[in-house]
Amino acid sequence: MELLVAACVGMTTMAAVYLILQRRSFPVIVGMSLLSYSVNVFLFATGGLAIDAPPLLTGPVPDAPMTDPLPQALVLTAIVISFGMTAVVVVMSLGAFFQSRSDRIDLDPNAGPDSAPATGAAIGIDPAERGGT
Amino acid sequence: MSPMLIALLPFFGALLPGIMARSGRTVAAWATAVPTILALTGLALNLPALMAGEAVTQSVAWIPQIGLAAEFRVDGLSAFFAALILGIGLIITLYARYYLAPEDGGAGRFFTFLLLFQGAMTGLVLSDNVLLLLIFWELTSLASFLLIGYWAHEPDARRGARMALAVTALGGLAMIGGMLILGQIAGSMRIGDILAAREAVAASPLRVPAMVLILTGAFAKSAQVPFHFWLPRAMAAPTPVSAYLHSATMVKAGLFLMARLWPVFAGTPEWFAIVVTAGLLTMLLGAAFALTETDLKALLAWSTVSHLGLVTLLLGIGTVPAAAAAMLHILNHALFKAPLFMVAGIVDHAAHERDLRRLGGLRKLMPITFVLALLSSLSMAGVPLLGGFISKELMLNEALSTRWGGTDWGLAAVSTLAFILSAAYSFRFLWGTFFGAARSPEAAAAHDPGAGLWLGPAVLVLGVVAVGLMPMLAAPVVDLAASAVTGGAVEVHFSVWHGLNPALALSAVALAGGLLLLLAIGPAMPRRASPFPDAEAIYWRLMEGSTAWATRFGEALQSGSMARNSAAITGATLAIGLWGALTGSLGPATRGLVPVSPVVFVGWLLLMMAGAAAVVLHRTRLVLLVFVGIIGLMISLGFAWLSAPDLALTQVSVEVVTILLMLLALNFLPKTDPVEHSNRRRLFDLGFAGAAGLGLATLCYAIMRRDPAFATISGYHAENSYVGGGGWNIVNVILVDFRGYDTFGEITVLGIAAVTIYALAQGLLKANAVRTPAMEAPRAGDRHPVMMIVATRLMLPVAMVVGVFMFLRGHNAPGGGFVAGLLFSIALLMQYMASGFAWAQERVTVPYHGLIGAGVAVAVATGAGSWAFDLPYMTSAFGYVTLPGLQPLELATAALFDLGVFLTVMGAVMLALASLSRLGVAARDAERREG
Repeated sequence: MELLVAACVGMTTMAAVYLILQRRSFPVIVGMSLLSYSVNVFLFATGGLAIDAPPLLTGPVPDAPMTDPLPQALVLTAIVISFGMTAVVVVMSLGAFFQSRSDRIDLDPNAGPDSAPATGAAIGIDPAERGGT
Repeated sequence: MSPMLIALLPFFGALLPGIMARSGRTVAAWATAVPTILALTGLALNLPALMAGEAVTQSVAWIPQIGLAAEFRVDGLSAFFAALILGIGLIITLYARYYLAPEDGGAGRFFTFLLLFQGAMTGLVLSDNVLLLLIFWELTSLASFLLIGYWAHEPDARRGARMALAVTALGGLAMIGGMLILGQIAGSMRIGDILAAREAVAASPLRVPAMVLILTGAFAKSAQVPFHFWLPRAMAAPTPVSAYLHSATMVKAGLFLMARLWPVFAGTPEWFAIVVTAGLLTMLLGAAFALTETDLKALLAWSTVSHLGLVTLLLGIGTVPAAAAAMLHILNHALFKAPLFMVAGIVDHAAHERDLRRLGGLRKLMPITFVLALLSSLSMAGVPLLGGFISKELMLNEALSTRWGGTDWGLAAVSTLAFILSAAYSFRFLWGTFFGAARSPEAAAAHDPGAGLWLGPAVLVLGVVAVGLMPMLAAPVVDLAASAVTGGAVEVHFSVWHGLNPALALSAVALAGGLLLLLAIGPAMPRRASPFPDAEAIYWRLMEGSTAWATRFGEALQSGSMARNSAAITGATLAIGLWGALTGSLGPATRGLVPVSPVVFVGWLLLMMAGAAAVVLHRTRLVLLVFVGIIGLMISLGFAWLSAPDLALTQVSVEVVTILLMLLALNFLPKTDPVEHSNRRRLFDLGFAGAAGLGLATLCYAIMRRDPAFATISGYHAENSYVGGGGWNIVNVILVDFRGYDTFGEITVLGIAAVTIYALAQGLLKANAVRTPAMEAPRAGDRHPVMMIVATRLMLPVAMVVGVFMFLRGHNAPGGGFVAGLLFSIALLMQYMASGFAWAQERVTVPYHGLIGAGVAVAVATGAGSWAFDLPYMTSAFGYVTLPGLQPLELATAALFDLGVFLTVMGAVMLALASLSRLGVAARDAERREG
């Protein structure tokens, strides 16, 4: 079982990283989402695997062996937060798409003035600001 | 009144003027004056204790681990400075009320900044802890940035504000280092302890580095060479600011600090060498530059630099009489320089001109202003019977008795030279402004202002005359301050006439020399050609160099290709992992393998195939989503199989909303990915991705086969889940009880994310930018099929009951707020999908933002509830109640917290998806409009 889970993590990570290396927003977002899946499984797996031993008490104190509850609690919130973050990135990418009419996420030198890379002039000292000494 | 309250009053008061800005300048000024008067009264209440020679201290623990405490101290020195700050602050408030133009409109903002600064400055001088002092120190830099840049529309103001901030804050950084070293040596961050640790400091090899770092900060703040250049540039500030910050208060912070640490450092050869030299050089340079300026405020700024140098020099000499003279000159300088700045402002107002070359003849036109300027500038020149004369005499006496530069007379000679220049520029200020004929039509039409503008400076000028005629009046004040500086009882005797002595002769030489020099160069003098390296030019070279370097660095890192950045991050992570794998060691496997059943194997196979297919077939985006759905579903089944029922429930519901979200997005985006990468590049990507996957898989496997190296805290959670938290479901108890703070933070983040999405969507709607691309495939004919409508509406109550059930049992069985929130959202989303956005939105009675807010509020309130029982925040309690007809129901406060989670999750998910849906509606409307 451990081998299978490790293989799942590996495969999901591979698909995720491959998609993240694409140039369009949609596959990258899907890739991020997949990556959060695989990382969540990874975190869950750090607690060790167990079958039929959910972290539910049957008496006031634990009497039977049970799986580690802590990674589960951490992963539970991580799953929900990942969704929130994915949603933010989705809306941001939609905004970028509506404004630039393209879902490319890197700066294309041929795409026109809007996508020109930010030059140093934007953050450097404006000579006019310096004035006389 | 407690010292802490004195320091905090201006901060509390700072809220008022901003709120009352609309009621006009008078109300805002009163709102500024009241907290100042209160603080001043509070200070006065401590006077009896001070006169008895005690220091009033107060300590409130803050972060005891690093020695940071809100420790305040009112002793002679801090009371002296605090009285100057608050007293002159009051006068400046009156002056600013009439100085600011009615159409300025920013009076509320101005007075708020003024109070912020006043609070920071008062806190600085009252601090009894170096860390606290550093905090106030930086606050004064920030507040002065806001004040200098008050007229932000003027480039000069922005430039001056930035320069002042850069120089003083950089100095502040050096000082932090120095103070920390000093605190380490003394073994305490309390100033009282540090002052008592002179022997320990003297014995430490780190004494000189600490001293140099602290002096760097003090010199930067007090505009000492080589940091002198920022002060004249800060003259772009409104004149009340210059009169306040740049004559009486902020620039004196460095002097204050040198005086405060005087017992620790003074008297050592390094202190003498550095401080005396810097002071002397500053005194001379400032006076020389002042003589060449034609702008009234710039002249006064350079003169301030020069006088600050004088006080620095006195503190550097390191004898008790010199320290007393320093205190007296701080008082004198505040008394004459603040009115001079205010006079410059009055002249500027009346003649619309600050240039000496275009002023003149105002003596007859503005008699009141003339008298004020006459008395204060003669005091600046050191003319007898005025305050400045007394401290200058004392200073020359000290200079004559101090050996410097290998001679007994060197210090006195250079000082006298500086005083000649000082007298010359003082006379020139008077001559150019008030004597002769008016040199411009505006100056000829000037007249005295109303009492509001001249009353404030007049009060201070009264002080100048009082100290000059009866210096014994100032003696108790100087005694108090100097005793606190030197740490021993000091008793000074001031008198107007010290008899014929060498100091008097030098004074006479200075005044006569100044007069002659002025006659020689005339009222207007050509600009300087400085033989020294220009410190300001060096500053600009440094600034430009570092920005250019930062730009190059940034451009090298951020090439504009997201893929390259992602690859760099992945590559770096891989490299670190590889390094760890090659250098680390791996213990033997301690855990057995869990057996695999055939059904599980089939599920695994599905997941692996879906992963591979996602890579191969990702160009058709809808198909990609199908594979993601399979992966997510298999993961949730895996969670269920591997004893994580809560995770399974969460994962499967998140899976549903994620796919819905992606589908909504895909509605707008192109449906396919074009081929953009060469085969080689794709192979590279695949290899890269494969390496990442292999790495993570190996790591995962290695971890799963081994027990943790250290005992985990999981056992504690399991044992106390029921006993302490009253729940059978340990995961849920961890979420809402043990780690309640984390969960609270997480739902807050979720809420913020949802509101962000709403705001982004709103922006897109406002910009009217939302369009759907031309359809590539025909749409389904029926937008809202009846069968789906009926099914979803029937399912709604059922789904909601399931949700409530999941919520209620969450504490004891798989379920809880997260899952219930997601289930409710899905049930509602089904309505949106089946019946249409408009139909569903009409029936929403509670806005989703409200749900988020209510959720977070419920969570906060639950946590705060434990305060009512004198328990720490978020302590939970539980008990059982039996509702008729139901099983005994456990009611834990944690369940109430879970309700907060539920509301937030539901609100956030709904707000996020509803925002996206609104975009869809807008796109359809736009399509319809455009035909």
